[in-house]
Amino acid sequence: MSRQLEEPIIEFKALGKTFSSANGEVKALKNINLKIHKGDIFGIIGMSGAGKSTLVRCINYLEKPTEGEIWFDGRELGSLNEKDLRKVRQSMGMIFQQFNLWMQRTAESNICFPLEIAGVDKKEAKLRAQELLKLVGLEDKAGAYPAQLSGGQKQRIAIARALATNPKVLLCDEATSALDPTTTESILNLLKDINKKLGITIVIITHEMNVVEKICSHVAIIDKSEIAEAGKVHDIFTHPKTQAAQRLVYPNDNRINHLVGKRCCRIVFDGSSSYDPVVASMILECKVLVNILYADMKDIDGKAFGELIIQLPEDEKTADKVIGYLHSKNLQAEEVSNYVG
Amino acid sequence: MIIKGIFETLYMTLMSTLLAYVIGLPLGVILVVTEKESILPNLGLNKILNIIVNLARSVPFLILLIAVLPITRFITGTTIGSTATVVPLVIAAAPFIARLVESSIKEIDKGIIEAALSMGASPFQIIYKVMVPEATPSLIVGAAIATTTILGYSAMAGIVGGGGLGTIAINYGYYRYEKGIMIVTVILLILIVQVLQEAGMQIARKKDKRK
Ligand SMILES: Nc1ncnc2c1ncn2[C@@H]1O[C@H](COP(=O)(O)OP(=O)(O)OP(=O)(O)O)[C@@H](O)[C@H]1O
Ligand SMILES: [Mg+2]
Repeated sequence: MSRQLEEPIIEFKALGKTFSSANGEVKALKNINLKIHKGDIFGIIGMSGAGKSTLVRCINYLEKPTEGEIWFDGRELGSLNEKDLRKVRQSMGMIFQQFNLWMQRTAESNICFPLEIAGVDKKEAKLRAQELLKLVGLEDKAGAYPAQLSGGQKQRIAIARALATNPKVLLCDEATSALDPTTTESILNLLKDINKKLGITIVIITHEMNVVEKICSHVAIIDKSEIAEAGKVHDIFTHPKTQAAQRLVYPNDNRINHLVGKRCCRIVFDGSSSYDPVVASMILECKVLVNILYADMKDIDGKAFGELIIQLPEDEKTADKVIGYLHSKNLQAEEVSNYVG
Repeated sequence: MIIKGIFETLYMTLMSTLLAYVIGLPLGVILVVTEKESILPNLGLNKILNIIVNLARSVPFLILLIAVLPITRFITGTTIGSTATVVPLVIAAAPFIARLVESSIKEIDKGIIEAALSMGASPFQIIYKVMVPEATPSLIVGAAIATTTILGYSAMAGIVGGGGLGTIAINYGYYRYEKGIMIVTVILLILIVQVLQEAGMQIARKKDKRK
């Protein structure tokens, strides 16, 4: 693929970060190797305390790595002096869970700030702010102070502010975690829109799989300070290899725990599979009755995915036959019975 | 005489507050930004400034007033009258103001400083474009406290002939037992404190966009 040959815009090379404090050392990141390419919407997902925030903060050097390197747009950030680093930061935007707007500035003035820093003149900055307010759908809120805005509106202003200097990447640390589901959806749609319209690379930190499913093209799963798995969302979703990935992909642990001891099979239909009534044919063909334990439809990266979990017959032979049949139909089918949550 | 006293008191208070802020505001900012996790960490400088501020603040004003007389004479050429009193007032108030400023700036959320950092703002830009503007309402409340405290100190300076209402109260109330005049000066002092305090609060409330 040509994508692989292209220089990544962000690359982590054997990156590590250790926090030392009076009460000992915390290894927040260990041997991180990751490539993020231009135009990707790259999700980084993991449990609380896994090191997600630390990882994203290394990208703009808010956190200084203690080992390894971080490359951005062909430059190793550790080799830059303070002044050059500030210049590089002007080509990255960042949004936060708590929005971090300046409370004593109006929405417009918040958006103008990064332009002031970049030395853009006031008139031009105001015009740009108008454009951005339009982009995020809040033209009428130029003069409002953050305290007068809802959470979703605040995040829109924060997005406009982050985009003011036409950055090459937008870093989002739990940008939707403080918002309700509907608002989350609208913010995610906005991000997706921005990615399409402006071609900007987006890095999204989250602990919610549905955020990844909804907008990411690629994902890295971080587990206990290390990258457990990384790749296209499509691949990870259909073939989660590591336990950490499985834990995130399988919708909820309770159900899985409930299955322990029985042989079950997870079938994934991606849009490409035939429209044959697969389960019905399988039942006829293998002459077994199966129990459907779970079924769901998901929209991942614009494609429809169906997910089905069936309980396999007790008899080993018949069970193998069922799996064999599913594979013969080119379906993604794998046993999940051994999975312990 | 009373009118002159009011003017002298206001002159001493406002002049001292202004000059004390010229020293105390930057000092307070430096106390914050040189801390370990802040934008210009410098632990050595931070420690030294903290010690100086604490030392200056632990000297009672009356003693400081007398102790700095040579400095006062050197700067103003005299040790009595309202202009002379400005010197000890500034010396006493500056470290107090530095602490007020420090606590106002520390109140602001770390996240908004981080946001500015992430946009490539320099430490100096963060100080004057983020820290000070975001702390403004709290800084104004602090200024009202500082002004009224300085007013109280200025009255104390009356004992050594500092001028203003304090001197009048001491000369007439203490040395000549003219209770009437003393009561008037005390009421005037109370009124001035009230007005200054209330004005500060009003301005702070108006400036604050958080509600
Ligand atoms: N400044 C710091 N000093 C010491 N330890 C820290 C610091 N920042 C983070 N850590 C530690 O590093 C680890 C990773 O933290 P991090 O904030 O990156 O996790 P996270 O994946 O973002 O979690 P969450 O989902 O809760 O935000 C945690 O164990 C945390 O306690
Ligand atoms: Mg975090």
